[in-house]
Amino acid sequence: MSATGARGSILVVGGGISGITAAVEASEAGADVVLVEKLPFLGGRVARLNQYFPKLCPPTCGLEINLRTLRTSPRIRCLTLSEVERITGEPGGYTATVRRDPRFVTERCTACGACVEVCPVERPDAFNLGMGTTRAVYLPFEMATPMRYAIDADACRGDECGACVAACPYGAIDLATEPETIEVEVDAVVWATGWDPPDAARFEGLGFGQYPDVVTNVMLERLAAPGGPTGGRILRPSTGEEVRSVAFVQCAGSRDENYLSYCSGVCCMASLKQARYVREQVPDADITVYYIDIRSPGRLEDFYAAAQADDKLSLIKGKVANVVGGADGLEIEVEDTASAQLVRRSFDMVVLATGMVPVGVGGAELDSGPQQDAYGFLRPRDRSGMLTAGCAKRPADVATCVRDATAAVGRALEFCGEGSRG
Amino acid sequence: MDNRAAVYLCRGCDIGAALDVDALRDLVTGDLGVETCRDHECLCSDGGRELLRKDVQEGVDTLIVGACSSRLMTDAFTFDGVHTERVNLREGVVWSHEPNDEDTQMLAADYLRMGVARASKVEAPEPFQEKVDPTVLVVGGGVGGMSAALTAARAGRRVVLVEKQPRLGGWMARFARQIPREEPYRVPKASDIDARIAEVRAEKRIAVHTSCTIEKISGQPGQFDVSLRGSGGSLQLRVGAIVQATGWEPYDATRLDTLGYGGSPDVITNVEMEEMIAACRIRRPSDGSRPRRIAFVQCAGSRDPDHLPYCSGVCCNVTVKQALVAREFDPELDVYVLYKDMRTPGQHEAFYRHAQEDGRIFFTKADVTGVDTSGPTPVVQARNSLLGETIALEADLVVLATGMVPHAADGEAIRRYQDAKAVIAKGEAGAQLEAAKTTEAELRHLEGAGILHLDYRQGPDLPTLRYDFPDSHFICFPYETRRTGIYAAGGVRAPLDSDLATEDGAGAALKAIQAVELATQGRAVHPRWGDMSYPSFFLQRCTQCKRCTEECPFGALNEDEKGTPQLNAARCRRCGICMGACPERIISFKDYSVDIVSSMIKSVDIPDEFEEKPRLLGLLCENDAYPALDTAGLKRIRHSAFMRFIPVRCLGSVNVVWIADALARGFDGVLLVGCKSGDDYQCHFIRGSELMETRSQNIRDKLKQLALEDERVRLEQLSINEFERLPEIVDEFAAQIQEIGLNPFKGF
Repeated sequence: MSATGARGSILVVGGGISGITAAVEASEAGADVVLVEKLPFLGGRVARLNQYFPKLCPPTCGLEINLRTLRTSPRIRCLTLSEVERITGEPGGYTATVRRDPRFVTERCTACGACVEVCPVERPDAFNLGMGTTRAVYLPFEMATPMRYAIDADACRGDECGACVAACPYGAIDLATEPETIEVEVDAVVWATGWDPPDAARFEGLGFGQYPDVVTNVMLERLAAPGGPTGGRILRPSTGEEVRSVAFVQCAGSRDENYLSYCSGVCCMASLKQARYVREQVPDADITVYYIDIRSPGRLEDFYAAAQADDKLSLIKGKVANVVGGADGLEIEVEDTASAQLVRRSFDMVVLATGMVPVGVGGAELDSGPQQDAYGFLRPRDRSGMLTAGCAKRPADVATCVRDATAAVGRALEFCGEGSRG
Repeated sequence: MDNRAAVYLCRGCDIGAALDVDALRDLVTGDLGVETCRDHECLCSDGGRELLRKDVQEGVDTLIVGACSSRLMTDAFTFDGVHTERVNLREGVVWSHEPNDEDTQMLAADYLRMGVARASKVEAPEPFQEKVDPTVLVVGGGVGGMSAALTAARAGRRVVLVEKQPRLGGWMARFARQIPREEPYRVPKASDIDARIAEVRAEKRIAVHTSCTIEKISGQPGQFDVSLRGSGGSLQLRVGAIVQATGWEPYDATRLDTLGYGGSPDVITNVEMEEMIAACRIRRPSDGSRPRRIAFVQCAGSRDPDHLPYCSGVCCNVTVKQALVAREFDPELDVYVLYKDMRTPGQHEAFYRHAQEDGRIFFTKADVTGVDTSGPTPVVQARNSLLGETIALEADLVVLATGMVPHAADGEAIRRYQDAKAVIAKGEAGAQLEAAKTTEAELRHLEGAGILHLDYRQGPDLPTLRYDFPDSHFICFPYETRRTGIYAAGGVRAPLDSDLATEDGAGAALKAIQAVELATQGRAVHPRWGDMSYPSFFLQRCTQCKRCTEECPFGALNEDEKGTPQLNAARCRRCGICMGACPERIISFKDYSVDIVSSMIKSVDIPDEFEEKPRLLGLLCENDAYPALDTAGLKRIRHSAFMRFIPVRCLGSVNVVWIADALARGFDGVLLVGCKSGDDYQCHFIRGSELMETRSQNIRDKLKQLALEDERVRLEQLSINEFERLPEIVDEFAAQIQEIGLNPFKGF
């Protein structure tokens, strides 16, 4: 029980920026927290961003503060590689069943890396969206929390190999770990399951999956990140050469009744930010952003104004219809709205500004879960103990997610301790 | 060192293989005078921790652990009531330096000396605890404030809700329709404001004071003394935390004369349009006739450097709503919307699409150049539209979509204004008077602008940043203001719609609850969550120079009449900037002080000049630069073994005496690594690295006076992810110092 009498416990589903914020804010307000994350590390999508707009600061800076609390708070229990299977009960008394998949690396791991040297299996690097590989035993990324290795069950050869088991000086590898089921009793639940990028190969005509130099915005974040597959250098995937010209295709599969009919709200700012990454590395690069509307709300407008002042950056209103590989790199075909002309131009690299697909409640069985709209976003029912936050609720930028997560915890307190006693 | 301390050396993770651990143990038990020194193959293993646990049981109260970085394995080495001092031998020494090398060994030895020196000086902080009142004061009774009040009340807190108008509801109470929040997100919905007001009125934990303003607030989180002025006179009360939800004002349309406002009564604002919709009667103000054609001019005074440079984010949705409602009222009506970009993010895209599907609402991108009001009907003039390069669109009614201006008061500016007025009143002559007159003239608009009336040395309201929004970390920590326990929410914090303002209020309520909770425990709030240390002042030696009270970014310090600092511990964020500022060095924390860091600096073994081994001191921000250094170690990136690093709470907490001590002691150079300053600052204490820039310039000037090269002190800004750059900086600095030569004061 906390000093002022707040108590109770909250289950936070999802360990991205919204979930981390909810967990930290709740614990600092006196509640106990169980944080469930399906991946082996915390940080979710933001951990894979190079920088935030508009300050161009690294996400790990703010995460460091939150994760320090998360690592040391006695009030937070963190379950990675875990997913909620079922929740029963009502506000003030939920029972959640959580399945925890094996990491095969125990808490004895010191992150020394001896295992990696002997592991014979390469796997696509999931953290870097398949660009590059890791061994089957891997550290998710250089600032991972928890700072422990994990083994990819699908890639690992298991007992028939066992090289890492022998190499680990600390006996931290246990290939026989079984999945386990954990039950937790909580007063309220915050769904902060976030988003996935859509499968860009579905977007007809845009060439993703067909031409290696057509990349998505989430891939470009990794290409620009110091810990990414190219050490932070933005290079053409096909040749490994510096990019001289880049086209950003806004609303790739968004605001489009065939794919995602909503607007994800952040892709304009993400592209303007990524244009800055390119500009910093290649001062005279030719950059064009093709857009329907540039959406830079609030003071983000300043960032857009700065982009407009860049004379080697063109902003053209028009939706890109086609991307075709040619001798000169990639040719894009676009109807310039202002001139009503069909325009063709060639670029070294095309970045698809793809949107956000909400993860929702996953496969969890719920007695009375949040409402899910036609797009898959979750909205809490009135005065329910199942709250929703961040991109699970609506497409949003980091600041909105943080505010939303804090608000969800504020509402959850109604069912915790004093609030619930009326 | 007293014999209740013990040193533990881990041999794991290459430490044993790269260092002569036996020699280190001899150093500890010999020169360093710590009787107990144990080593283990893996200190964080069960067996290793057992060693520590046993010693703790037998009375050891200080554990000096030479193993990995303090950022890792925290639980493994934490015992109740025991101080643990971590010495980073892994990332900081063996993973970033040549193994089995003389210089690497010397580095490890120095880090142990520094760890023992620190451990011998730190004391366990005791929390600053006083009786607190958990009541939450909410200033502003619009949707944001009402949401904050309801959230706090439902979480079990008593709430005092103050609204200056005679009724609750704010702007929303004047509007009849809202932007849809539920599927199918297409149709404007009826306002639910009356239901919300009823909920607030029905909540027994909320005391509502309408027609009421704040007269004065003094104190600190947990103990704010508030004086209210209402129709019935003055009321005194005590609260624990404050939510400022004072909302917004529409941008002053009279400044938009080029858009015809004031030129014709038929040019109105979107707020005036809301009022017509609420009255269910859209008419031309000039003659009361029914308009046949309405033109909406988006971004009227917004996204415009001459007016509001920012975008208010809601006006596009508001126009879609007004257009749909106007069409609903009149099926024969034509609507034109002239926009720069339509901004209807998220699910609101369906709302916009609904309006686009209406055959008589026409949207076009256009650069509106003016509205001509010389004729009987206003004419909107625009360029580059889908209707043509230059158009003149006659409309019976022109609606200017004006933006939102925060209803905030910049406390720091008000303070400057008050100071200037005081100087003028005193009647002193000369340059000071002239400067005061200029300031007074510039800031005269702030007369009567106060909202919270805080009795704070640094001004009576929240300080604001860009465009007068009172926040400090609007990406990662959007609720953080620079006044602890006071949180802004709703339109005052950022331009937003009623749905987002409702969320915002709920979040700010949580922050207020949290501030009270932590004040009760005597612990710090963000970013040093849970820290129990706080600064103490040895006031006998205070010279009233006021640097601490001026430089505190959080307004934690007040002054008495003589200018002596008065701490409000619950307002303090424990950054130590006051400690760095104090020329008399009278400010210290129990576990962080000028003396503690000086002792660490002085504990380093300085080889004499003939050995030609320079020694460099690195003072780096513990939140960003230090983790970057750890990551460099994890990646096995090497850097010069001549560097000795000490993490600091904030670069702003660096007292220049440390640099003087280091140079006097024989260090050859000092590297300061902090966060980015400027408009896009990354410092979690807002001004720390900026203050260090000023101080280090003074230091460089002093070095010149002493005939020392000013390059010996170097200031760098680094982000946490620049783990490859930091080792490069260290190596460059080491090379530069070797070029300059060793410190001539070495050995004196």
